[in-house]
This record gives sequence, C-alpha cells and structure tokens, in this order.
Amino acid sequence: MAIAVSQKAIPYLKALVHITALYPLVNLYYQAISDRLGADPVEVVIHFTGIGALNLLLISLLISPAAKFFKIGALIQFRRMIGLYAFFYALCHILNFLSFEVQFDLQLFIDEVFERPYITVGMTAFLLLTALAVTSIAKIRRKMKKNWQTLHNFTYLIALLGVVHFYWSVKSEIIEPLIYGGLYAILMGFRHQKVQGWRKKRPQ
Amino acid sequence: MLIKSTNRSDSKESDVTDEKIYLNRREIVKNMGFLGAGTLLSTSAAASVFDLFGDDTPPALFKQTNLEFTPDKPFAEELTPEEKTITHNNFYEFGAQKHQPAELAQGFKVDPWQLKISGEVEKPFTLDYDDLYSSFDLEERIYRLRCVEAWSMVVPWIGFSLADLVKKAKPTSKAKYLAFETLYDPKQMPGQRNRRLGGGIDYPYLEGLRMDEAMNPLAIMSVGLYGKTLPPQNGAPIRLVVPWKYGFKSIKSVVGIKFVEKQPPTTWNILAANEYGFYANVNPDVDHPRWSQASERRITTGGIFAQNRIATLPFNGYGDQVAGLYKGMNLRKLY
Repeated sequence: MAIAVSQKAIPYLKALVHITALYPLVNLYYQAISDRLGADPVEVVIHFTGIGALNLLLISLLISPAAKFFKIGALIQFRRMIGLYAFFYALCHILNFLSFEVQFDLQLFIDEVFERPYITVGMTAFLLLTALAVTSIAKIRRKMKKNWQTLHNFTYLIALLGVVHFYWSVKSEIIEPLIYGGLYAILMGFRHQKVQGWRKKRPQ
Repeated sequence: MLIKSTNRSDSKESDVTDEKIYLNRREIVKNMGFLGAGTLLSTSAAASVFDLFGDDTPPALFKQTNLEFTPDKPFAEELTPEEKTITHNNFYEFGAQKHQPAELAQGFKVDPWQLKISGEVEKPFTLDYDDLYSSFDLEERIYRLRCVEAWSMVVPWIGFSLADLVKKAKPTSKAKYLAFETLYDPKQMPGQRNRRLGGGIDYPYLEGLRMDEAMNPLAIMSVGLYGKTLPPQNGAPIRLVVPWKYGFKSIKSVVGIKFVEKQPPTTWNILAANEYGFYANVNPDVDHPRWSQASERRITTGGIFAQNRIATLPFNGYGDQVAGLYKGMNLRKLY
C-alpha cells in the first residue's frame, strides 16, 4: 500500500527537518560558549558534529530504500536537504577542529591532515562531500545530466570513509564504530543489485 | 591551603561551572535531541540498560574527607579548577567516555582496602585503608598532568614519596622493576563487566616503572587532591603519579605493587605496542600515530574560546629532575 503525502504538508515537514537538524547545533554551541560542556568542550563539539554528520549521511542513505519499501515516494524530496545537513555538520566538525583544537595553527592543521591517516581519510570524505553539496544546486544538476548520478554515487564511498575515519580515530573503544560499519553494510545490502551492476559493467 | 595562582587570570567563583550542570551533563546533551544524543546508539543506552539492573536513584556523591599535609610552594601556572579535574577522567573501569567515571563511580567502596607490596623484597607488607594516610608523611605536590591525547591539567596532588614505600619494603638485588595493578572488581567497576563501557581493554589494568624511576623524588603515591581524599574517578583511594610521563602511566586505585626482575607487561602497551611504549615519557619530538605531541591544550577556566594551546615540554617540563634516568637511551625507539 502506497502512502501518499499531501504536497501541502511537505513545506511543514521540511521546516520540521530544519528544526530537528539545527536545534542540536545551536544548543551545542550555546552550551560550549557558556562553558557548560564539561571540562573539555572542544572534544565534545568535535565528536558531536562528527557523529552528527555520520548519522545524517546514513539517514540520507536510508531514504531511497525506505521510500521503495514503504512506498512513500514523498520521502525522496527530503534526501537533498538531509545530505546537505550532513555536509553542514561535517563542515562544523572541521571548523571545530581548526578553530578550537589546533586554534588556527595552520601549519599544524595541514601537518595533521597529511600525517594522521585517519584525518586524511576524513578530509577526503569531506572534500568529496563538498563536491556533492555544490552540485546539488538544481541548475548545476541539470547541466551535468548523466554525470550527476555518477558523481553522486560517491556518497557510498563517502559514508564508508566516514565510518573508517571514526573507527581509526578511537583508542580502543571500537564497538561503536563497528556498529556503524554494520549499519553501513546493511544500507549497502539494500543496493546490492546496483553494486553488482557496476561490477558487471567493468571490463574484464 | 597555600594554593594561589600567581599571575594571569585567577579563576573566579563565577568561572566555575555549577556542579548541578556537571552532574546533569548527560541529560543536557540528551535533551539536545536525537542527533544530540551523540550517536544513534549512544553509550548512554548502555548506561541505562545497566541502570535497569542497578538502583534507579543515582548513588549519593562519594564522600571525600579533608587531609592534613605539608603544602607545596605556589605554582607558577594556573591550576585546573577542581570541578574540571574531577569530571574529566580517563578511567575506563568506570566508562570510556571522560564524563562517565564521575557519574558511574560515586558508589565505589574504598574502605576496606588493601594495597599489597610483594615480590623481590625483604619485607613484604600490606597497607590497609587507614594505613594509606598514616604510614608516610603526606605532602602536597602541584604537578602538570599531560595526557597522551594532547590535553593537560595542573593538579595539586596530596601523597607520599614512592621512594619511601620502596625503602620500607627493602627490595632485594633482583628487584629491577615495579609492577602495579588496579583493583579487579567487575561488581563495582561497570567497565570491567561490559566491554563496550570499558573500552575493550583487558582488566585488571597494569602498569610498571623501572626501579630508578620509582626512586625518583618526583614519583608519588597520591591519596588526595585539592586538600581532600581522592574521589573514585581520580583513582581512590590510592594511585601513582609520575608527572614526567603520559597520564596513562599514573595507574589508579592500586591494589598491588610487586617488585620483579623483568620489565612487567603494561596495559596500553599490550593493546597497541606501536602507539604506547613502556616508558611513555612526555616527548614533543615523538608523535603518537594519531596525535601530534608537539603541543597540548591546557584545561583551565574558560569555555570553548579559551586559547589554551601551549608547547609541550620534554619530560613535561621535569627534564632537570629526570632526564638523567634515560642517559644513553634512544628515546625515539624507547618511547
């Protein structure tokens, strides 16, 4: 049974998504600025925005399988904004690191990006995500035609890099990153036909 | 007590975060909403599962008592506020996230306690709870604490010289190292019975020192901080403090010190030998694979905009006292 969502309701639902995505960030920075995030607010804001970006990325990957399975076509209309919020959280994550962790020591920032494999992986994911965010503009999307989908398939790689970045960043607490790895595998499992399709197309 | 910040911004009462906010911190973060819960599967879920089996009401705050001790000289650097020192802890036995030990350790029972001194010594002995405070002269030592994760604090510890304890035990000629062990009590330490909460490390936690390191006057067994007995999250009732080494060397809630002939196994070294060495001396020239060790963020007062990144000093600034211990050693290899 398909579930129809009235087009009239969409703007309200979108407003709800905006609030749900933005409120935690506003609250986070309010707490951080007023020194209410514990002894080391820097660690909290970095971790919070990083996990937030990963959560949003995985939610964006859940949308099309969910739309198909539950036959709620309207869900697809939320995919772009959730993807963009994933980008926004990732941007905050990196700005937090730059401004609060290394405190604008640009040399240290660059060294860390290149010398720490887990940061290199994370930064790669962020740069790819930036490309997706920029090309999500409708005009650019139309101009790109078929190439747009090819580029946006990179979202699967970005999410994988995000999970690897998380796994690699922890000292020994690997269970949570492994759960994210499992969720990623499930989300990719929904797409096994698509992934197999790429394999076949590849010349032997 | 003689603790006075001598320069720069003395911390005012208004800078100190309200204890209530600290204690409700997880609740505050939770209230940030679903993304704010930290993760889809936040560790608080593990904690609440744990709560199902435990008491619904959180245990009352651990009771600290005032200590009598010889005060230290004033320290040139600003002290970390007590509220931060006792709420930002790496003590995986009580949860791998830094706010967790302060929340999950309040019901920890430290009396009765037994610290056993054994191994290659002429006079093995055991310190019971009261002995911890009465067997040796207690003095305050204001030390920098440098975590391997590149943050640091300045903490006024109270304790006694480890050398005094060693002398009392009369080590034999075979005693070359000291092997330290933390309490193993999964009933009291949730991280020991839940791998997720405990960060996936094997317990009991083990540490070690070379004999000459243990005899260095900087090394102390601490039983208190900020004028009072240690709270559990900081390693009650007794812990090691070796300020020229990364924090993980300063093992908490110690129940055993064994004098041994060979270098003893140590927890983080067993887990990742390429990341954590036996010596673990603070060294700005040798990076951890995941952190630059050249600088650190000093946790004092101020919110997120506090400009607190400072250069890390060799041996955490205690080179004059300890560099001689490592003469002729390649500290890049023996990190």
